[in-house]
Amino acid sequence: MSSVPARQQPATGGASPGTPGDILDVTDLSVTYAADRGPVVAVDQVSFAVEPSEFVGIVGESGCGKSTLLFAIAQLLAPPAAVTGGSVTFKGRSMVGLTDRELAAVRWKDLSVVMQSAMNALNPVRPIRAQFADAMRAHGVRSKAEIADRSAEVLRMVGIDPVHLRSYPHQLSGGMRQRAMIAMAMLFTPDLIIMDEPTSALDVVAQRSLMVQIKELQQRFGFAVIFVTHDMSLISHFSDRLMVMYAGQVAEFGATQDLFDQPLHPYTAGLMDAFPSIRGPRRELLGIPGSPPNLAAPPPGCRFQPRCPQAEPRCAGTPPELYQVGGTQVRCLLHEDGGGMEGSNP
Amino acid sequence: MAMLPVSGPATAPPALPDQALPAPAAGRRRHGLSRLFRAVRSNRKATVGTVLLVIFILLALFPGVIAHDSPTATIYPRSLGPSAQHLFGTTALGQDIFAQAVYGTQQVLIIAFGVGLLSTGIAVLIGVAAAYLGGAWDGVLNLITDVLLVIPLFPLLIVIATYVQNAGTAVLVVVLTLTGWSYTARQLRAQALSLRRRDFLEAARVRGERRMYIVMVEIIPTMTSLIVASFLTNALYAVLFGSSLQFIGLGDPNSVSWGTMLYWAENNEALQTGQYLWAIVPGAMIALLGAAFALLNYAFDEIGNPALRPVRRIRVKRAG
Amino acid sequence: MTSPNSNGQAQASDGTGAAPERGSARSSDRGVPGGRPPGETLLRTDKLTRHFRIGNALSQQTLHAVDEVSLTIGEREIVALAGESGSGKSTIARLLAKVYKPTSGEIYFQGRPLSAIRSRADRLQYSGLAPMVFQDPFGSINPVFRVAHGVTRGLKLHRPELSRDERYAEARRVFEVVGLTPADEVLQRYPHELSGGQRQRVGFAQALAMRPKLILADEPVSMLDVSIRIGLLNMMADLRDSQGVSILYITHDLASARYVADRLVIMYAGHVAESGPTEEVMANPRHPYTQLLLSAAPDPRAPLGVGAETDRGEPPKVINPTPGCRFRWRCPLAIDKCHQVTPELTQILPGHQAACHVAQQGAEIKAFG
Repeated sequence: MSSVPARQQPATGGASPGTPGDILDVTDLSVTYAADRGPVVAVDQVSFAVEPSEFVGIVGESGCGKSTLLFAIAQLLAPPAAVTGGSVTFKGRSMVGLTDRELAAVRWKDLSVVMQSAMNALNPVRPIRAQFADAMRAHGVRSKAEIADRSAEVLRMVGIDPVHLRSYPHQLSGGMRQRAMIAMAMLFTPDLIIMDEPTSALDVVAQRSLMVQIKELQQRFGFAVIFVTHDMSLISHFSDRLMVMYAGQVAEFGATQDLFDQPLHPYTAGLMDAFPSIRGPRRELLGIPGSPPNLAAPPPGCRFQPRCPQAEPRCAGTPPELYQVGGTQVRCLLHEDGGGMEGSNP
Repeated sequence: MAMLPVSGPATAPPALPDQALPAPAAGRRRHGLSRLFRAVRSNRKATVGTVLLVIFILLALFPGVIAHDSPTATIYPRSLGPSAQHLFGTTALGQDIFAQAVYGTQQVLIIAFGVGLLSTGIAVLIGVAAAYLGGAWDGVLNLITDVLLVIPLFPLLIVIATYVQNAGTAVLVVVLTLTGWSYTARQLRAQALSLRRRDFLEAARVRGERRMYIVMVEIIPTMTSLIVASFLTNALYAVLFGSSLQFIGLGDPNSVSWGTMLYWAENNEALQTGQYLWAIVPGAMIALLGAAFALLNYAFDEIGNPALRPVRRIRVKRAG
Repeated sequence: MTSPNSNGQAQASDGTGAAPERGSARSSDRGVPGGRPPGETLLRTDKLTRHFRIGNALSQQTLHAVDEVSLTIGEREIVALAGESGSGKSTIARLLAKVYKPTSGEIYFQGRPLSAIRSRADRLQYSGLAPMVFQDPFGSINPVFRVAHGVTRGLKLHRPELSRDERYAEARRVFEVVGLTPADEVLQRYPHELSGGQRQRVGFAQALAMRPKLILADEPVSMLDVSIRIGLLNMMADLRDSQGVSILYITHDLASARYVADRLVIMYAGHVAESGPTEEVMANPRHPYTQLLLSAAPDPRAPLGVGAETDRGEPPKVINPTPGCRFRWRCPLAIDKCHQVTPELTQILPGHQAACHVAQQGAEIKAFG
């Protein structure tokens, strides 16, 4: 767990210096879109660190900035979006501002990305083995034998018979395609794999087995994972730490179990209350009334205040910093004194 | 008129948040026309294209206001260079080039709009019918469209125009329409096909609407931007090919038009004898009108499909 | 690239946006297992079958999308039709909406067979009694018209006796029932000015305007954010209670089915695997596939059990099938009979049916989790 002072410096909006061993260190990262009606800050001074072999989940509703954050970390942003502040340090090296060539050395070898839809990421007119070969050749692997061996090896790792190297993407089922994507991401056993909702297009059984597979691979090979999703219950059993994002900011960030046992931020509590459960008592749920703010003109105080059932008068005017409560960071004035108010579990 | 953006890949669209009811746009939503106006103003290509087109329309409507001389009178001194009385000089036959250019706009615009409207009308009819009716109808209509597409256009035009002899405006419009509709029919069919699967059409069917209603009221309005683009494409095609036909002498040489100006200029070896303006002026007019249509075409593409708009870049301020 | 409202949708976060997501008052016994007893049988299918011919002229094959499905829907009842992709649930919705014609079998609505509906007037009437709500909030409303268009068209077609003003009043009423308030204002909006959740509510309003008996909702919340789904699910329960409408709720998410449905029908590869009261089926699943679904559904409050076993299989596309249970390749309990005889849906407990040879033998099922 990164060490964080009990009270944050007000100016920067919460910075966790992180420890030197961290694989990834994001500090005060901000991303802005140049939209027609003015700049929109999609990611607002987000800071977090990922330790080696750690599984970090990022959850939030659509438009909260989680995918943008992911793209920013992977240096995949394109105009009209750009990083407008903060830093991304991967294995000690700053990533923002690197040229494509410098990035190429890092990409896929140390850091790889699994996209949301395999059908969008895989070339439909080429067999799987061709795409694996592409990736490897791009990183200097020339020997055909080596390429074939490694391709078969990663496919076996994810539970696909290597005979499917000859298959085209449309010949594989949805679950298999996603596994193939993960296999491709593991070609060079990177230290960090970033995943953007890789399971959202799958059926529930395939989803579960893919998650288990990812966790297995992670524990076997020791890479870190950042997993972005909008489905909190999906991630609950797999992530070590969980970050809840709201309106471009970090709302809460801490050990997954802590968040579920005792959600500190009213938004987190509201989110968890919006999931009907398979087991447990059948009761009426309310969800979270209202909607996320317009990021082109965010409210001056707390961004969740208009929808917050526990809002106080000062919440409308004072933007909360990220406060430390035990091992969890939470952006809520209710926890200003760090471990003050009791958790807001309804 | 709300434009329908061209749909992107249909895989796993992002989940949508439930927003608070948005406050209505300041000044209250007005009719589609005012939105169109604003869209045109904000897009540079649209603005330039519109301005050009408006100028040409004014020239066609009020030629006498702008050009004081008669275009056909051969009373002026021949082959004059540009001067105060004759802005572009005179032809070898003693006509005022400027007046000819201005008055010629009328015929060209009639051809452009005539062909544009008729071609697009036929293309919409056939393209959408083929897509919606499907089956054997689609096969037959497709065949007709494809055959016409494949036939080389210009030779076909020449054959027809030669047969007709001294094609006046009406004939030119008909000839150009008959040869030109197939191109845009194909595009419209493709878009109608992609729209067919849309849920709102299925919703209309399930609601109990009749087929003709669905085609006219539900499908065609959502294709507005492509229909407008088809019109502009066909108009552009009409300007260029119509003038070309007239240039090679298949039009009516006694009519006043840019194409016929070029015909006479060529006949009198204008370029070789140093009467450059006689050839350049009509050529430039054709180019400008063509550019106007082309610019508007790009602009409508961009207005209809935000993905095609020029991407803004943000000025990155580095923290350090 | 996901962009958070980067074209600046104007939203007022003025604190008053906290209009409750619910519609009108809800009945007090909602949420109680069983709830109000359903009324008469509204819809009944009898061995409903639909096959599709696929392949080209050279190799014709038959896709068995739905095979011999018999299910019932009562009045004032929400029945969840749950299954993964390829289970046939969407096909059933379209069969019930008369988009497809059954290959064989029959559908009875209020006692009358749907195949007897020939005339345009009859078809129109049926489409008003059993309208459909679609999955995609983006694509299910025509973008060039204001959202009032769909509702008023539906009214014009199905309730021609109404005058123009009465139509508008009715449109306003149904918008209020589904929670789109202030109705007058929302009616004038274009679809792109509404959020996904609001658009889905418009879909329900369109259906409601025709005074239906049964709404066929094809995965109405699947494409919405999780925190929004609850609002719509609450609205659906409300429609059942306050408007007396039955809903066929098609979904792949068992948790939401449990939340809102009175009865649950589980489908696998074109067959009904299990059906019964929701709470009963979830507490005592009798079909191994149901158990698999339950164990795979994410539930943060439950520990990651052994049932999270990596069943790698996926539902098959049923092409030219042989007799036998279609789940047999993934079923740890499969016996010889499962490979030879297709199991029929038979009653295991009162009101609770399963199509499984092993379950029908009375054995205690413990296949997954």
